[in-house]
Amino acid sequence: MADVQQIINDATKVYGKERKALMPILQAVVKEKNYLDDQDMISIAKALDLSAAEVFGTASFYTFLDTVPRGKFVIRVCKTISCHMAGKDAIIQAIEQLLKIKIGETTVDKQFTLLTANCLGWCHKGPVMLINDEVFPELTSQKAVEIITKYRGE
Amino acid sequence: METTKLKRVDIIFAMEGIDPIKVVESTIKKDPDTIILEMIDSGLKGRGGAGFPTGLKWKFTRNEDSYDKYVICNADEGEPGTFKDREILDRVPEKVFAGLAICGYTIGAREGFIYLRGEYNFLLPKLNEKLVAFNAGMKKIGLDFTIQMRSGSGAYICGEESALFESMEGKRGEPRNKPPYPTVSGYLGKPTAINNVETLVYAFMISRIGVEKFKEFGTKDSRGSKVFSISGDTPKAGIHELELGMTVQQLVEEFGDGDTKAVQVGGASGGCVPRKLFKDTIIGYEGIPTGGSMMLFNSQRSMYNVLHDYLEFFTEESCGQCTPCRVGCQQLLKGIEAVKRGEKSPSYLDDLKKLARTMKVAAKCGLGQSVANPFVSIVTNFKEEIIY
Amino acid sequence: MNKYLVNLTINDIPVSVPEGTTILDAAKNLDFRIPTLCHHEDLCVAGNCRVCVVEQIGGKALTAACATPVSEGMQIHTNSALVRTARKTIIELLLSEHNSDCTKCYKNGNCELQSLAHEYRVGDHVFIDLVGTRKRVIDNLSPSIIKDDSKCIRCQRCVRTCSELQGVSALAVANKGDHMKISTFFDRPLVEVVCTNCGQCVNRCPVGALVEKTYVEEVWDAINNPNVHVVVQTAPAVRVAIGEELGYDAGERLTGKMVTALKRLGFDSVLDTDFTADLTILEEGTELLTRLKRALVDKDTTVALPMTTSCSPGWIKFIEHTFPEFLPNVSTCKSPQQMFGALAKTYYAQKKGLKAQDICVVSIMPCTAKKYEANRPEMRSSGYKDVNYVLTTRELGMMIKQAGINFQNLEDSHYDSIMGESTGAAVIFGATGGVMEAALRTVYEVVTGREVPFTNLNIVPVRGMEGVKEAKVKIEGCLPEWSFLEGIEVSCAVAHSLVNARDVMQAVKDGRAHYHFIEVMACPGGCLGGGGQPIPTNNEIRNKRAAAIYEEDAGLPLRKSHENPEVKMIYEEFLGAPNSHKSHALLHTHYIPRKRY
Repeated sequence: MADVQQIINDATKVYGKERKALMPILQAVVKEKNYLDDQDMISIAKALDLSAAEVFGTASFYTFLDTVPRGKFVIRVCKTISCHMAGKDAIIQAIEQLLKIKIGETTVDKQFTLLTANCLGWCHKGPVMLINDEVFPELTSQKAVEIITKYRGE
Repeated sequence: METTKLKRVDIIFAMEGIDPIKVVESTIKKDPDTIILEMIDSGLKGRGGAGFPTGLKWKFTRNEDSYDKYVICNADEGEPGTFKDREILDRVPEKVFAGLAICGYTIGAREGFIYLRGEYNFLLPKLNEKLVAFNAGMKKIGLDFTIQMRSGSGAYICGEESALFESMEGKRGEPRNKPPYPTVSGYLGKPTAINNVETLVYAFMISRIGVEKFKEFGTKDSRGSKVFSISGDTPKAGIHELELGMTVQQLVEEFGDGDTKAVQVGGASGGCVPRKLFKDTIIGYEGIPTGGSMMLFNSQRSMYNVLHDYLEFFTEESCGQCTPCRVGCQQLLKGIEAVKRGEKSPSYLDDLKKLARTMKVAAKCGLGQSVANPFVSIVTNFKEEIIY
Repeated sequence: MNKYLVNLTINDIPVSVPEGTTILDAAKNLDFRIPTLCHHEDLCVAGNCRVCVVEQIGGKALTAACATPVSEGMQIHTNSALVRTARKTIIELLLSEHNSDCTKCYKNGNCELQSLAHEYRVGDHVFIDLVGTRKRVIDNLSPSIIKDDSKCIRCQRCVRTCSELQGVSALAVANKGDHMKISTFFDRPLVEVVCTNCGQCVNRCPVGALVEKTYVEEVWDAINNPNVHVVVQTAPAVRVAIGEELGYDAGERLTGKMVTALKRLGFDSVLDTDFTADLTILEEGTELLTRLKRALVDKDTTVALPMTTSCSPGWIKFIEHTFPEFLPNVSTCKSPQQMFGALAKTYYAQKKGLKAQDICVVSIMPCTAKKYEANRPEMRSSGYKDVNYVLTTRELGMMIKQAGINFQNLEDSHYDSIMGESTGAAVIFGATGGVMEAALRTVYEVVTGREVPFTNLNIVPVRGMEGVKEAKVKIEGCLPEWSFLEGIEVSCAVAHSLVNARDVMQAVKDGRAHYHFIEVMACPGGCLGGGGQPIPTNNEIRNKRAAAIYEEDAGLPLRKSHENPEVKMIYEEFLGAPNSHKSHALLHTHYIPRKRY
């Protein structure tokens, strides 16, 4: 895992040290380790001369900037209406059974976190899920299990 | 009453014979004021849903006296039922870039941004790659204009323009007080023209095909065409570019499964049109303006579940700063649950409708104001489904 | 800048106001009060509570009066049917997520939401109670401030206070939607974060979500315990503000009545923090002169200059967190409160034939940070906790009311002796610039043998509400022993509100500013605008309190700290000389670098 301080340094080189650099920096850290811990936020606050509470307050506003530990692969199943109608409940159930975790939880081996998400923008091809940045539309329970099993192998 | 067939249009995705950089090159030979006049003449209105005349927006931003100005492409497409911008950015990104460049030239901005919702991060590598080439192209044709990508991180409210600026400035995406409007004080407090993805492509295509061609489509109040995101109980779910000014009836005839009982026009924040109003409801600025989301529900669907989903969505996605929206959404959600469980009498729905109407006038931004749209329309037209 | 007048009507009455005026202020001009919650005149506009919505004829939606500037031809209705419905609904919504346990609430009777609910006669609760569905978390670990989220209405006044006035941002807004809340870093207790305990948030919280931790019951217990000798000290800024708790307009000087009331409450001895304020001037003045001598005569490059004051515990905590590298620059003098505590349990005890362990020292302070300060482990020079309990001005008001004292009819009386004597120089400690002015009055005279060259001793450049004030005093005609200062222009800066202190320290750090002496008070206006002062506190009220403080100073026979007879006496009888070994043991302290994040 790359050094968070290094990520911050690299990002400030591109985006500067003003507050407007905050989102790209937070995103860069999350991209690397899938969540932000207190030390990460303290380092970011230091780099941008913000209070740690402000960094926390900003990060916690955004659903994808998790401030609690997450697995290597964060699964987000869309729960909004079209995907609901298309059967997201069955997908979630299948994943829960496969990974033996409930929504909001992370597997013991810290590989997977299962979450729901608001509309992912694939209403014509629901149900849909994201695994980290990758998108998987037109899911069936079987497809979901296959996809996650493939990730498991990685 | 006889209804006519819908008219399909192919403007947005058409690429044949179009070199976006060349179009920019020829467009910037024109005076910015001429471009603005053309935009105003075209009647193009914002395709994100709010429908503000694009030409006026550009004019106001151009008129501001500021060395720094920005043009931003709002690609924070978060409205449930809407997925057209993703499709546009995926298929014709250069047309979006070119629209930004033309706008930038017109208003006098040297920097453009695309704020892409985090859910669409998978598009980033491709967009970044194409941007490098495009930015180089701008340099080549002598236009001092560069575009950068910015990402959201899962917050519906950031589609609200001032919340989007806040987010780009590294803050919580909380909508600002208006006035001042973005054309005066937007990103970093500078005059900013912020346009929806689709709007920029139409603006680009107006430069390419000319105002008259564009005006051939649509009605007096709703010029041109629009990309619709069709979903729900339909065999033809997907993206469809259609002429504006149709009725919901026409839409249902084309896309319905024969059993459509309601159409949610404009996503979660739009209104629900029941069957009895299909014929009289025009999709367009003279009827229901929309960002293009059309969600069809057949008689198997529980409208309680539909409304419940919407309210849950708003409860979670409200930024939380203003009272009517933060608390109002929770009350509407818990209110219909209580009515369903019989803990509150059916007449409580009237109290909730009153609350929704207060939210519509008293909330700080469009999110809180628009929760009343689905709530009042669904509760009014499907009261039994909510209660029983 | 010349501003155009804008014409509009409010409730059909025409009015012309300068461009840029908000609807709220324009309405005020016509004597229409529009209710507000998130609005506070010390802070930037938020427009989030929406209680102030008004109807603009022709507008699609209602408008937030606090956030909307007037425009030509506007027609505003502040009390239309639509407005009333919306406003009442909003109040009901706020109540539905507010722990409305009003009769048991610390802010009962001084709660803006309660007043609004009363004004609008909100009856049966229409909406579902949301409070019960949430876990109630109360942070009461700080000795100064209690934070109870169940009462929070999310108006963000505290957040804006902490960032705009104090530059601290210990509090921020976290999460969104129904989970949105006011939070510290990771929701840690206030004692574990950069909070300075200044209490400015407490002073601005419209409800009971942020309140001081009260020690009123403990103080009553001490008073009622016949074995305890309870000594009370009153800070300079309390005497010009206590009236606001007891039905007076802002700016009344009530020193004599306050002393009488304290005696009636049953304190065994009513003494004055002003006494130790004078003492502070001698200790701190001497320290400054010593530092200057070491720098100028001994050419000691390690001496830390500029020297800063150390009276404000909010400032101390701030600099410990934010500029720990400058801790050697902070005067080692304890604050007057803590000097008093240490002396009460040594000098006073000795003179009165009491044992330190039998004395309870109570402070009445305009401040919540003083509660924290009294709890610092360093503050036990007497071998005991030097100051036992710290009450705010508000808590004193509470005690006076509880005791049924008819304050307005009280006769004046004098502080007890010893440690009750003071000068005008001590009184002005309560206003920003006061410590600087008091120090200059004494230091200049010590060095030159002449009075400081300002008319009537009033060093006007360091007075007033400007965020950062600067003054230069040229020293001429030095007494022989101070000849090394001859011709030196002493450069001073005064900052109040931590956001200004931060600017000054950053300028010093960057080498952009060169001072010898800096006064910092954590709160806007100095102690008179302290977090423990009556609510509301705003600019108008701060100015009135300041005027009262300067009147008090001008009316006193002695106005220079070194002329205080009790101060002379304590040096002769007990301490020896300023900065003596004994002074250092009892009156000086050290500071602790703390984490900035």
